[in-house]
Amino acid sequence: MAGSTLHEGLAPLNVASEQKSDDAHGYYVLGDKLVDAKAPTGPIKDRWTTRKFENRLVNPANRRKLDIIMVGTGLAGGAAAATLGEAGYNVKSFCYQDSPRRAHSIAAQGGINAAKNYKEDGDSTFRLFYDTVKGGDYRSRESNVYRLAEVSANIIDQCVAQGVPFAREYGGLLDNRSFGGVQVSRTFYARGQTGQQLLIGAYQAMERQVAAGTVKQYTRHEMLELIVVDGRARGIIARDMVTGEIETHLADVVVLATGGYGNVFYLSTNAMGSNVTATWRAHRKGAYMANPCYTQIHPTCIPVSGDFQSKLTLMSESLRNDGRIWVPKNREDCDKDPRDIPEEDRDYYLERIYPSFGNLVPRDIASRQAKNVCDEGRGVGPVVGDFRRGVYLDFADAIARMGRQAVETKYGNLFDMYARITGEDPYEVPMRIYPAVHYVMGGLWVDYDLQSNITGLYVTGEANFSDHGANRLGASALMQGLADGYFVLPNTIRDYLADGPFPKVAEDHPEVVAARESVEARINTFMSMNGTRSADSYHKELGNIMWEYCGMERTEEGLRKAIDMIRELKADFWSNLRVLGTADGINQSLEKAGRVADFIELGELMCVDALNRRESCGGHFRGESQTEDGEALRHDDEFAYVAAWEWGGEDGQPVLHKEDLIYTAIEMKQRSYK
Amino acid sequence: MKLTLKIWRQPNPATAGAMHTYELDGVSEDMSFLEMLDVLNEKLNTSGEEPIAFDSDCREGICGMCGLMINGQAHGPEVTTTCQLHMRSFKDGDEITIEPWRADSFPVLKDLCVDRSALDRMVQAGGYISANTGSAPDAHAAPVEKKKADRAFDVATCISCGACVAACPNGSASLFLGAKITHLGELPQGQPERYSRVVGMVGQHDHDGFGGCTNIGECAAACPKEIPLDVISQLNKDLRTAMVKGR
Repeated sequence: MAGSTLHEGLAPLNVASEQKSDDAHGYYVLGDKLVDAKAPTGPIKDRWTTRKFENRLVNPANRRKLDIIMVGTGLAGGAAAATLGEAGYNVKSFCYQDSPRRAHSIAAQGGINAAKNYKEDGDSTFRLFYDTVKGGDYRSRESNVYRLAEVSANIIDQCVAQGVPFAREYGGLLDNRSFGGVQVSRTFYARGQTGQQLLIGAYQAMERQVAAGTVKQYTRHEMLELIVVDGRARGIIARDMVTGEIETHLADVVVLATGGYGNVFYLSTNAMGSNVTATWRAHRKGAYMANPCYTQIHPTCIPVSGDFQSKLTLMSESLRNDGRIWVPKNREDCDKDPRDIPEEDRDYYLERIYPSFGNLVPRDIASRQAKNVCDEGRGVGPVVGDFRRGVYLDFADAIARMGRQAVETKYGNLFDMYARITGEDPYEVPMRIYPAVHYVMGGLWVDYDLQSNITGLYVTGEANFSDHGANRLGASALMQGLADGYFVLPNTIRDYLADGPFPKVAEDHPEVVAARESVEARINTFMSMNGTRSADSYHKELGNIMWEYCGMERTEEGLRKAIDMIRELKADFWSNLRVLGTADGINQSLEKAGRVADFIELGELMCVDALNRRESCGGHFRGESQTEDGEALRHDDEFAYVAAWEWGGEDGQPVLHKEDLIYTAIEMKQRSYK
Repeated sequence: MKLTLKIWRQPNPATAGAMHTYELDGVSEDMSFLEMLDVLNEKLNTSGEEPIAFDSDCREGICGMCGLMINGQAHGPEVTTTCQLHMRSFKDGDEITIEPWRADSFPVLKDLCVDRSALDRMVQAGGYISANTGSAPDAHAAPVEKKKADRAFDVATCISCGACVAACPNGSASLFLGAKITHLGELPQGQPERYSRVVGMVGQHDHDGFGGCTNIGECAAACPKEIPLDVISQLNKDLRTAMVKGR
């Protein structure tokens, strides 16, 4: 039947792109093309099965001789630590929080996708795959995405077995909801705190292994350097954040599951401590950073209220299922009580522009349109800077249709949170929302096996670049984190470990000593600079530059300006920073200084990447690349590639390696949600 | 508004701490409590005094990293986490006392930061369902009565902040324990280990020096996630059953 042969074509459906523009000329060096040596072949639906079979096994008796360092304890790191511990490996797990259960995966609200098709609404592995590639604007690897869709169903089974209390219907079966960018109900959820419930599941599984002795956890520890010996990742230098001690940890393999770098924008929905240091240190040791400019701006966050703001709070986009987004048609209505604005004077702009998807268009589109209406002067809420940055998300219709109680059951905790932060009652007055930085699709480059270009360094979850292309669909981050952690990494890392245990590295090996000394030297520099400004003040300034010039819309002129500003900021940082206290105990200013130093360098690379990519795709919108009616315009002929950047040295320029994106199962199309 | 802040400062676990007084002007009512402390810290850094160490991470009330005794109340005057407390709950001229969690089982590390690793140890002692990755049956294999699923969820909302311990005159972690016992005990998947779990977790609780529960109820009143007091009844019931069954 057609189903088994359909989409099996292995013939490339597109040709490799050839870049003609060169906006970033003078800011980078062009390197060799990059090929994923682990890229699987054969029909797409068989690739993962084949790979799992081909990957070598490690005899259970040998596993206990193999040491794995796992940095990060979110969904990707926690799930992998638990799974690898269960398999019998020795795992050392590190996190900067005081408990593994606090990793920022915990804050995810809306849900997790899985191709279970429990609703019999036409969902399938292929449809989830298709939606994810399309949602990512054809900038992800098809093999990786197919695998993600394939293992998604197992995740739900695993979580239910662990006791994750997903929402259920009266018959006792699991409930589903639909999410932005798709037309099926495939999202599993636990009220508004799916992330916490999934993370507790992974955390409890990991703690069980701590008790069993296979996992040793190091809380309040921060990775500050990667140790590479003879071309292989062999360990990390970490700082005990309580005693200040600089520790050397050696192993057979290192896994980074350290999350995303959205805090480069200062204000984001990330946790205060979320940072890029682990991956940036690895980048400086040779790991390629892929597509760093791909940032997701989430459309439904609570707007900024003042200069003291330390973070932004997201409202799950599941709210867009029942809430209707609008602004006044006329600017003069913007400061009126929204309840007094009659229906005919409201502009439900998403429903107007995108009649088939309406309020459920993908995040990048919803965000940019919110910015557009505010730029037109039709925003609502307090004036921040020079204009109002907010749009209404209105539940009046939903309350009339479903009743207040049903709305409360579905969204109660989100409404409470909104009321607490703003002091307004969303059951009575429409919520105000505005886009905020939420997630980064960019991250360390990995091959199909999730191994970076440094042998023995694996990267999972948001920290890698692999599955979401230029834009991530809602409820797919939790899916990817757990897919990588429970099912992908444990099956790929064994092929590498089958060659181990590798010869022991001595603590006095020159590379180990050098890594340790560089960490100590950097800390000494921070402590002795004795300038006038706090690390936080530099972070804020960097965030303003990034949001202004490398945020929702990027232009050639703006990006060039941003690069100059960041370079000036960096010079000032390294001469005028002030860190008080001592390094031999808890020192949050010192922790922050190291993180900000790395964010500054990352910020510059993000701008270079954004400058080079003269096309609009997913979360990356270049002003120079849009259609006549302002829609994003992709250039597959020039940019259907992964931009993997190699560290060019302290005074050198980054080196660009391109990995061509060739599709065999899906034909690239210009995205349309109209 | 202008505030007088009395804050516990302690350089390290080995050195005695003391209350210090700071004046802070220009506080906006839209600030969160922790943003108010950020502003104070920025001021201290400028004036050459080491900023105050306090824990926080997500700042949206879910990670459980933050937690301060504010005027003697865990997380302050509202039923929420410290990070979600806003300055509109205070007024101009207020004097606010800020201390770390007070409990023998949560030793102070520095200033307002405490060591809550005892909570992890209780989970290690049985707060899980043993289900190795890959061994799970289909998610629909065991339907769960909605009432039980909802109850499991309601108590699974515990964020392990430790406010219950800090609020309890006995320094008991019974609300934390009861929440975990009830969450896993309501679900069919949690049944096989139900009684060994309660014995293990309670044993670890006592081993780490948490006090006994005398039904005072301060814990439930302080809980930012409103975990109800009756989870402790469930805890005690399961513990008694386990004893009878000889687990």
